[in-house]
Amino acid sequence: MSELAADLIPVLDSTLRLSTPLLLACLAGLFSERAGVFDLGLEGKMLAAAFFSAAVAFLTDSVWTGLAAGVLASVVLALLHGLASISFRGNQLISGIAINFLAVGMTAMIARSWFGLGGHTPALEGGSRFDALHLPFEGIVAQVPLVGPLYAELISGHTILVYLSLALVPMTWWIFYRTRLGLRLRAAGEAPDAVETAGISVVGLRYIAVILCGVLCGLAGAYMATGLHAGFVNEMTAGRGFIALAALIFAKWRPWAALWSCLLFGFLQALSLRPDLFERHFSIHLQLQLLDALPYILTVVILAGFVGKAIPPKACGVPYVKGGAG
Amino acid sequence: MKTYHRPRSIFSADDPMRGSISAAIPRLRGLVGSLLLMLVAPMVWAQPAVIYDLGGKFDKSFSEMAYTGAKRWGDETGGRFLEIELQSEAQREQALRRFAERGANPVVMVGFTFATTLEIVAPDYPETNFVIIDSVVEAPNVRSVVFNEHEASYLVGVMAGLATRTDTVGIVGGMDIPLIRRVACGYALGVEAANPEARVIRNMTGTTSAAWNDPIKGAELTRSQAAQKADVVFAAAGGTNVGILQAAADEGILSIGADSNQNHLHPGSVLTSMLKRVDNIVYEAFKGGEAASAGVSVMGLANGGLGVALDEHNADLVDAKMKAAVDEAFDAIASGRIVVHNYTDDSECPANS
Repeated sequence: MSELAADLIPVLDSTLRLSTPLLLACLAGLFSERAGVFDLGLEGKMLAAAFFSAAVAFLTDSVWTGLAAGVLASVVLALLHGLASISFRGNQLISGIAINFLAVGMTAMIARSWFGLGGHTPALEGGSRFDALHLPFEGIVAQVPLVGPLYAELISGHTILVYLSLALVPMTWWIFYRTRLGLRLRAAGEAPDAVETAGISVVGLRYIAVILCGVLCGLAGAYMATGLHAGFVNEMTAGRGFIALAALIFAKWRPWAALWSCLLFGFLQALSLRPDLFERHFSIHLQLQLLDALPYILTVVILAGFVGKAIPPKACGVPYVKGGAG
Repeated sequence: MKTYHRPRSIFSADDPMRGSISAAIPRLRGLVGSLLLMLVAPMVWAQPAVIYDLGGKFDKSFSEMAYTGAKRWGDETGGRFLEIELQSEAQREQALRRFAERGANPVVMVGFTFATTLEIVAPDYPETNFVIIDSVVEAPNVRSVVFNEHEASYLVGVMAGLATRTDTVGIVGGMDIPLIRRVACGYALGVEAANPEARVIRNMTGTTSAAWNDPIKGAELTRSQAAQKADVVFAAAGGTNVGILQAAADEGILSIGADSNQNHLHPGSVLTSMLKRVDNIVYEAFKGGEAASAGVSVMGLANGGLGVALDEHNADLVDAKMKAAVDEAFDAIASGRIVVHNYTDDSECPANS
């Protein structure tokens, strides 16, 4: 049993790394959709942030300027989405998809013209990427059985964005359920007419939500390019924005549930890297392809409604028209 | 700002005119010139062409090696060549036909995935010479070049077996195809020969072409191998290699590059690189021009098609004992005293680990 535990720690460690971009994107979607704006453009915003954070971090040699640039790029795309879907009352789904296409083409093109490396940025090193943070007393605690390796190997040794993403879960919960802003955001997604009656601007609230969504997607993209990997690679987000959306539905648009569902998806991704574990501990030979497909199968199962009914915020996807016209 | 060796970037420090408007005028003139050249060129001589696979020209590995060869030809002869990086599977046949239509000769394809397409396209252009690397296509106007990768991976396996302190080494392959399994098998046999105690952990990045360009998954696989106590990881995954080598450097373990010499990417962490001299193939094909002959060439250690990289970046990692062992294995394989098992012969690997 202890052998299994020893094998499980690296898998959980990997889970934490792979869940982080999902969690950040999932919380981003939560802000946007809770306020009534569907966002299929999480993927594109992450990709743009990944590119600009890596490019700027390389050029300035500072990961923090890179992070700022990534977040800025993502917010600009988020505002574009806001402009199309809030101000111009366009179709939110189409606007989101357009942003994804825009990001794929734009990042590859700019990367080519800036660096001439076929859509990559040069590899980042030193101060231009996030280093692993080693928590205090790692060496001493590591000696303690069970708790030691758990603390030293699993909890310690991640980049700051991993801890930030975990801290954002209670913060998001607090904002939504304990602050006036949160109440209003939720109301904008459920009953925008009531919000407007109370004299608060639905358009303003939705813009706030979309900008927060952009910031979080920016963190997710920057984490991928400057934390998880050292540089930008063409289409490096590889569908994570969509998995985050599935996780959001799985979590029924609730912050804590979002954490668990993202960890589950991350765990499945991490597990698919270790087919040897099944053979050693349970003596079953699993096809690698099956393991690889698991996160997607799970997504389909979830979307087919097998995990109970997931009801989106009532006014989500409906452009708000003042006075209820249209 | 850091410097890096890729030319023609707008951020390259050696371009005194970057950003200035006056820089646009000679460029415009150059454009007109090249337009004229394009009109005249097909009538005078045929340009050679090279098509890179999805991993991209600057994968720092397999495809980049082909680019190096093409560039060497261009620098030496002053000639111009056509090139394209594929962005999707759909472009494969399109690119091949377009180059053939434009009278490019020879047309070099870098990657086994071109085989099926080439079988269809080659008979339509009997005047064009095609060269395919890593696969065999039987046609009177196609030259196929394959490598005995298992010979070179045996050598890097010997080095890994001697370098490991934990008696555990790993390999992260790219797409799960017979070629990469052949590499993995040769590697495992080399490790076993040098260190019978050692265990080899094998992982593949994926089962589609995307596996050649997935550094994040490559890095996670490397970390998981490190967690299983592997202290040397062989990266045989094209563009994914950058992620594998990066993760190995982060974890403080050794790595082995492939195809190009990747020793310089993380000096002190990359033990060596398995060299696949794709550059020579492209260079020779371009040099031969339209006179390229059909048939199959098999490149191995003996004829200089493969090798291991020893340079100033890994000099501290390779001690005299390791060097001697590699030289001995090299001679034994080149002279035929050792025959490294070829996985693709029987789809089995005799290595124990």
